[in-house]
Amino acid sequence: MIVAARIFFVGGLTSFRALFYWLTPWIYIPTMLIAPIFQILLFAYIGRSAHLRSDEFYVIGNALQYSSIPCLFAMAQSIGGERFQDTLSAILVSPAARIPLFFGRSLPVVLNGALVSAFSLAVGSLILGVHLPASSFAPLALVVLIAAFSCTGLGLINAALSLRIRENAVLSNVIFGFLLIFTGANVPLDDLPSWMSTAAQGLPFTHAIAAARKLANGAGLGDVGGLVGAELLVGAIYGVAGFLLLRWFETISRRHASLERS
Amino acid sequence: MSSLRLLGVSWWLQFKMIMRSPFDGIGNVIYPLFFATTAFFVFRAGDSPRTLIYASFGAAVMGMWSSVSTSAGSAMQRERWWGTLELLVTTPRHFSLILLPTTLGLATVGIYNLAATLLWGRFLFGVHLTIAHPLLFALAILGTVLSFAGLGFLFAVSFVRFRAAWVLGNFFEYPVWLICGFLVPLSFLPGWVHPISWALAPTWGMSAIRESALGGSPLPDIGACVGLGLGYVVVGVLVTDRVLRAARVSGSLSLT
Repeated sequence: MIVAARIFFVGGLTSFRALFYWLTPWIYIPTMLIAPIFQILLFAYIGRSAHLRSDEFYVIGNALQYSSIPCLFAMAQSIGGERFQDTLSAILVSPAARIPLFFGRSLPVVLNGALVSAFSLAVGSLILGVHLPASSFAPLALVVLIAAFSCTGLGLINAALSLRIRENAVLSNVIFGFLLIFTGANVPLDDLPSWMSTAAQGLPFTHAIAAARKLANGAGLGDVGGLVGAELLVGAIYGVAGFLLLRWFETISRRHASLERS
Repeated sequence: MSSLRLLGVSWWLQFKMIMRSPFDGIGNVIYPLFFATTAFFVFRAGDSPRTLIYASFGAAVMGMWSSVSTSAGSAMQRERWWGTLELLVTTPRHFSLILLPTTLGLATVGIYNLAATLLWGRFLFGVHLTIAHPLLFALAILGTVLSFAGLGFLFAVSFVRFRAAWVLGNFFEYPVWLICGFLVPLSFLPGWVHPISWALAPTWGMSAIRESALGGSPLPDIGACVGLGLGYVVVGVLVTDRVLRAARVSGSLSLT
């Protein structure tokens, strides 16, 4: 039990610091702290230009959706980075239990994703003069955390695919793009074709963004319990699917001796 | 003449390499389409007098810029990874003649981005485009490509001392999308942003493409776009000399 806890917490943190090479300030500040602000500004002004929704709509949508960048890329690097450094075989040949090994790598990613979203929400609101009621701060923080958790579940699938796909940066960008369109971050779900708004129900962020918008408009946490629960469920399903996919691809990679394919 | 031949041959070589790169040839082409699709949905859902045609041209030039900004910023970093930077720097030709074809190749991929986005709008969103001045439209695209290559070249040489050069290139993607009038009219932006927009060739390239397509008078915009592009190249050449001299003096070209 203690070994598993060590692998989960210490191993996860060590892996995150070693493999998520964006942690240097030269990369972290422009990519994680400034870029989301410009994404918010871009869509807020596009919204003004198109006469669609208020600035608040775009601040909340994009602040939450942008956490997909750290969540998807960091999870992909947690596997792809090991392969790049020729340490993947050493990790997978170890007898370490896979649940703490893989899920431990997710915990720092969730926290970092939530931090990026919270920072973007706060700074974006300040710049565009969006007022968020003080009573919504704590529930919003919880929703931001759950949104990052949910996307990290999807990130685990992305990490698994990194065992089979070399270009995980391209794949991460493609997933980011789908989340930008489908989740209601910028386009109200009612204005999407019905098949897209239906598909959105199974994606990370959709329910969290809806919940955050309601909270910002004065709803209580109890009022958005269903949305928060749905977001948690979506994240959990992706997390379990990602773990199973990792185990499957690990087996296949051993069979085909393709762990170190470069 | 030999310089033109060098530019032509290098441009073709770089273009072929870019088209075979999963990130530059596929990723940089697909990625802007997601933003274009979002913009199409936003403009279709909104009740602005600005139409999907406005969004279509804006999104298309967004794609052109995307193909240049990220990859041009890291153009020299890539050569460094491949171990070819020192060899290229020591060639008898001026280094700018070696580097400029790279960003020109990236900007050329932007034409594919432009066409792909316009076709995307046509077939998925029913945006019917009629080009009022086809020749001027082609000239506007050519001028925009050349100016993007010039700006990309300036990025490439300016970021050579940074290990994380790709971040700086990536960093300029959103701001240029925002302040160069692609999807947001300049009049919506604060007054202090306007001079910055006017100093950026993409602003004039965007305006030239719209004017030529919609029946305006694009020649002044084309002139401003190409003029600024040439200005970037001149500044880039001066920066190249300075940066390479400093790198040689300090032995830091490889950044190892």
